[in-house]
Amino acid sequence: MKLALAGVSHHRAVLELRERVAIDVEAAGELARGLARSRGDDCEAVVLSTCNRTELYLAAAEDDGLEARADAALLELAGTDAKALAPVAYRLSDESAALHLFRVAAGLDSLVPGEGEILGQVRDAFEAGAPGPLLDRTFRMALHAGRKARVETAIGESPASVPAAAAALAEQVFEGLTGRRVVLVGAGRTSELTARNLRSRGATVTVVVNRSHERAERLASTIGAEALPFEEMSPALAQADVVVSSTSATGFVLTAAELAPALRARRGRPLLFVDLAVPRDVDPSLASIDGCFVYDIDDLEAVVSASLQGRRAEAVEAERIVAAEAERFRAWQASLSVVPAIASLRARAEEIRSAELARIEARLDRLPESERAVVDTVTAQIVNKLLHLPTVRMKEAAVTPDGLLYADVVRHLFGLGEDEKA
Amino acid sequence: MAELLVWPALIAYGEAAVAYAGELRGPGRYGRLGIWGVRVGWLAQTSLLVAQAASSDGFPWGTWAGALNLLSWFVVSGYLVWGCRPRYRLLGLGVMPVAVGLLVLAWAGGGTGVDTVDRGGWVLAIHAGLMLAAFASFTVAAAMAVLYLYEERRLKRRDAAVLRLRLPSLEALDRLASRVALAGLGLLSAGIVVGITRVDAGDVDAAMTVAVVIWALYAATLVLRRKIGLRGTRLAWPLLAGFLLVAVVLPLTHYAS
Repeated sequence: MKLALAGVSHHRAVLELRERVAIDVEAAGELARGLARSRGDDCEAVVLSTCNRTELYLAAAEDDGLEARADAALLELAGTDAKALAPVAYRLSDESAALHLFRVAAGLDSLVPGEGEILGQVRDAFEAGAPGPLLDRTFRMALHAGRKARVETAIGESPASVPAAAAALAEQVFEGLTGRRVVLVGAGRTSELTARNLRSRGATVTVVVNRSHERAERLASTIGAEALPFEEMSPALAQADVVVSSTSATGFVLTAAELAPALRARRGRPLLFVDLAVPRDVDPSLASIDGCFVYDIDDLEAVVSASLQGRRAEAVEAERIVAAEAERFRAWQASLSVVPAIASLRARAEEIRSAELARIEARLDRLPESERAVVDTVTAQIVNKLLHLPTVRMKEAAVTPDGLLYADVVRHLFGLGEDEKA
Repeated sequence: MAELLVWPALIAYGEAAVAYAGELRGPGRYGRLGIWGVRVGWLAQTSLLVAQAASSDGFPWGTWAGALNLLSWFVVSGYLVWGCRPRYRLLGLGVMPVAVGLLVLAWAGGGTGVDTVDRGGWVLAIHAGLMLAAFASFTVAAAMAVLYLYEERRLKRRDAAVLRLRLPSLEALDRLASRVALAGLGLLSAGIVVGITRVDAGDVDAAMTVAVVIWALYAATLVLRRKIGLRGTRLAWPLLAGFLLVAVVLPLTHYAS
């Protein structure tokens, strides 16, 4: 069977082109089914489209212009001439196409190595598409490789953005964020993003404090929090676990002197300050108080940078895992070439066994039913044991360059297929 | 022949201690090597203890060296309850060197042989078993306290790599350390009660006094935690002080008397 891939990605294609070829998962499924239908019953197709790539995977029993069909479909999506698409599109086939998909699923082809969304997007594309025996196996193995890379390495663990870093830091302080209280000081876009990230991990934004009460109310209503004026912030801080601050004030908004009553009421319970403002809102000397942790925007960016470095280091190990999975795929695909020979050999052996049993049927009829069953079982076991090793060896040899030669030798030695020729 | 099992146990524990130090530099592979070392060593030491128990008529760890052998096994067993989870692996950096040290001392004192002589009856066995399990709990609690202080320091100092080497959250470490210490206190209380049944009024020695001081320290710490919410660094330091008493003062007074 042949596998072909045509696609464009963030590596070479500019955003305008990627926008033109990007389609949602329903449209991708529709396109895949259309592509599969257009080439007859044996054709399989899956279309993977994300913000960073659009890829068309086609498979069929025979090559028969498979890559050209994938190319044409991509061109149709792009709505541009072939000359513009040719330099940025990539075309891969068989093992290299499978390896590429495995890398995509593991997040190794992503802008941020190990990013979490791609695995779900590959699964969605697979489920919406029109896979057959080859693409079904290829995508299942890709999803397995993607999961394995994430489980066995830390490639997907570290945060890749400032809001995610703030949430991850909160998780280092608190045992889970479910039910944790977050107070937003300032109603800026960054603090909103951070608050949403914290909420997605189970935290509750209880209060939004802002100079402009109107803006505070607007944000509070979208995230189910209460809007409070600045002057009433202190009691809310006494109850808070995380304070996210991003006002446009020119001096410190949260100082040790102002927060002293609130901090005393906490009796040493941890409190994490996430200061996203420039100039800073949170007095750094607060960090010297027991249980208080202060992170400003530079600290968070340094954490993100170190995390990305870590992801890149983990990517080396993830590449090894993906390569091993791709090798398993190669072995499986190669074994397909010897499957007909193995099937013929086993059919021939079964034919001989049945014929020999039929020849002595009269004598077997004299035996009790239980003993006839024993004879049947024993002869079947002998055949299976005799054929087990040759079957294993042929599958092993299939991955070598001489693989098909072994299959031919078996056909020749056992006269497989000669009856049909005759 | 069975006494040779001490060597694979020692080598595997030593390997784990070194691997955990490597985990500090680059998380992942070293930690995995470490935990496998602990598992292999624990299996070897468990086999050794089983062989010792099988060849003895009674309690084979009644000598100081034998007790250290059993203590190191308790310490490693306690660690294994959490150590298999990736984030808790680094706990091994505090626990495994202690386990190695204890096992080396046990071997040097002849506590790892299989022809040990029974030094007492069941009361001693229960008393020693409870006391050693309590000391092992205090060791694991102290390791958690060290991990807490290390993680707290990293967060306070805003270490950029704080999320690369992921440790358990501060709250989790704080809660677990207090629970392990509480378990240790329960075992120590039971051990002291059992021990009292063997002691005559005039037999009270320095080691017994230190054991009671240790009990009082842990009890006071845990009561304060319950009453005034003692937590974080304020909990970690008393746990470390308690461990210091267990590791240094208690042996000095016990073996000097």
